[in-house]
Amino acid sequence: MAIKTSTSRKIFVIFNYTFLAILALICIFPFIHLLALSFSSDEFTSKGLVSVYPMGFTLDAYMILATKPEFFKAFGISVARTILGTSLALLVIILTAYPLSKSNKVLKGRTAIAWIFVFTMFFGGTLASQYVLYRMLGLLDNFLVYILPGACDVWFVLMLMNFFRGIPKEIEEAALIDGCNHFQILFRIFVPISLPVIVTIVLFTAVGHWNSWFDGIFFMNDSNMYPLQSYLYVMLESSDPSKLAQNGTLTPDQLEALKNLGNKNLQAAQIFLGMLPITLVYPFLQKFFIKGITIGSVKG
Amino acid sequence: MEKETALELSGAEQPKKKKKLKSFDKKNGQLIWWLMLLPGLIFTLIFRYGPMFGVIISFQEFGLGSTSFFGNEWVGFDNFTYAFQLKAFGQSIVNTLIIAGSKTVLGIVVPLILALLLNEVGSKWFAKIVQTTYFLPFFLSWVILGGIFNQMFSYNGIINTLISLFGQEKILFMLDNNWFRAIIIISDIWKGMGYNMIIFLAAITGVDMSLHEAAEIDGANRLQRVWHITLPGILPTVALLSTLAISGILNGNFDQVYIMYNPMVYKGGDIIDTFIFRQISDNLDNGMGVSSAVGLMKSFVGSILVGGTYYFAYKKFGYRIF
Repeated sequence: MAIKTSTSRKIFVIFNYTFLAILALICIFPFIHLLALSFSSDEFTSKGLVSVYPMGFTLDAYMILATKPEFFKAFGISVARTILGTSLALLVIILTAYPLSKSNKVLKGRTAIAWIFVFTMFFGGTLASQYVLYRMLGLLDNFLVYILPGACDVWFVLMLMNFFRGIPKEIEEAALIDGCNHFQILFRIFVPISLPVIVTIVLFTAVGHWNSWFDGIFFMNDSNMYPLQSYLYVMLESSDPSKLAQNGTLTPDQLEALKNLGNKNLQAAQIFLGMLPITLVYPFLQKFFIKGITIGSVKG
Repeated sequence: MEKETALELSGAEQPKKKKKLKSFDKKNGQLIWWLMLLPGLIFTLIFRYGPMFGVIISFQEFGLGSTSFFGNEWVGFDNFTYAFQLKAFGQSIVNTLIIAGSKTVLGIVVPLILALLLNEVGSKWFAKIVQTTYFLPFFLSWVILGGIFNQMFSYNGIINTLISLFGQEKILFMLDNNWFRAIIIISDIWKGMGYNMIIFLAAITGVDMSLHEAAEIDGANRLQRVWHITLPGILPTVALLSTLAISGILNGNFDQVYIMYNPMVYKGGDIIDTFIFRQISDNLDNGMGVSSAVGLMKSFVGSILVGGTYYFAYKKFGYRIF
């Protein structure tokens, strides 16, 4: 009996490892493929011959890219919005979460105030009303449109608030008696204690800013103000033949004719550089993300 | 009122210090809390409640000259009836339900299976590498991933090269309604699977080990233990995530679909959110009004769904958001 179990177990273990490893390879394949494309010459990429290693190795794509100031400008705007947007959001989230973590007796009407925030998770405006509002506020074609609207993320406020509530009351009472005011208690005691949650919030917010593309497309007329992801989107869309198709049919011949619109290796190089910052820091910060997911509330 | 608060705040533990606390609280009162709340409240009122108020444009004729919420002609429910006349609107609802529905189900099942399999892996480093790999796409934008997929599945992409290698006809993946839908669903599951997998893994680790030990002594094999101990143990988590996921049934994922679709696959791939956006970009006549009307309907149904699922999750699993 024991031997039989161990045989089937062995088979399962082998199958399991193989399956998970293959799936991991499938997951990583698109990125390897992308990297290979970016280092391959055009004659191979346009025929779809490149798989996981470069063919006709060339640095052309990166050389051309180096002479493209638009790319670096967009990169810079992304960096700026990520740093400024994350800092602002963090400050607002911390300041909002602290009073809300108090009881109704301390902050009068606390539950009602909390509902003002929570209600926005259930109901929201529409894309059109958002656009008109931003126009009324003068936020169109304005860098501030990247950082102001998302400055108070209710999910993160609640996540931090829940963590604050778990901090023993005695700590706060002792500090009050020592003459600290609540700003001091918040920033000198509560924030350091909550560092793991705060790091998680910072990381998720920063990734959100880095990945944000739609606000650039929708709220900016001037493509000089695009963050990197919006820039990449426009670059890819303008060279995708299928996007040019009208609502009808497109034959393979027509596609063939349209296929060389874009420089595949140049596109690949830009996509690759666009994902590089996150890919580089992600393995080291993964544990914070995991912590945030498992301790905090479930954010979809 | 002020006095009572001060008394209660100081509590019974430090009766001697009551006086000092009381004076502090009196001096600052509620003001300090409101100072802290001010930025968050302002941002929320402007950027969350502002657009909510702005949905009044759903009932207006928002012509080319219109620039704000005010001064436009009121047209009642005209924008709504107009939207319902559009064939594409009905199609987008059907597509959303199919696409988002599949994503909801697979978005639970796939990560659950992966978590169970990963939990059986003995090697720590192998598990770690695999988990890191599965989780990576979650952090990349759809611009990046859509760009890669559009290239891979294009007529001269790597997938078609592989297909022709096996002597088969090339497939116009991104121009075929059925293929497009499948690619949309599978790639979204792929991007998001690491997230739920981590939640499930955490739940599996939380299952009482003594149950496993007892079952092992009783002669239960691995499969039996997974079936009778692990699965029931994480059932609440699975049920909770499933419940909460239902609220997303109207969200087909705008970013992904908008980046990957094209006019050829509107029939099978257009979702409510992309329809809403195209009303603004393509319908120059009164696109804002129509778009907002559709958005308002979606918001309305969505709020019922979110409220309902959260209420159910609260009643059934004690899930609280605050």
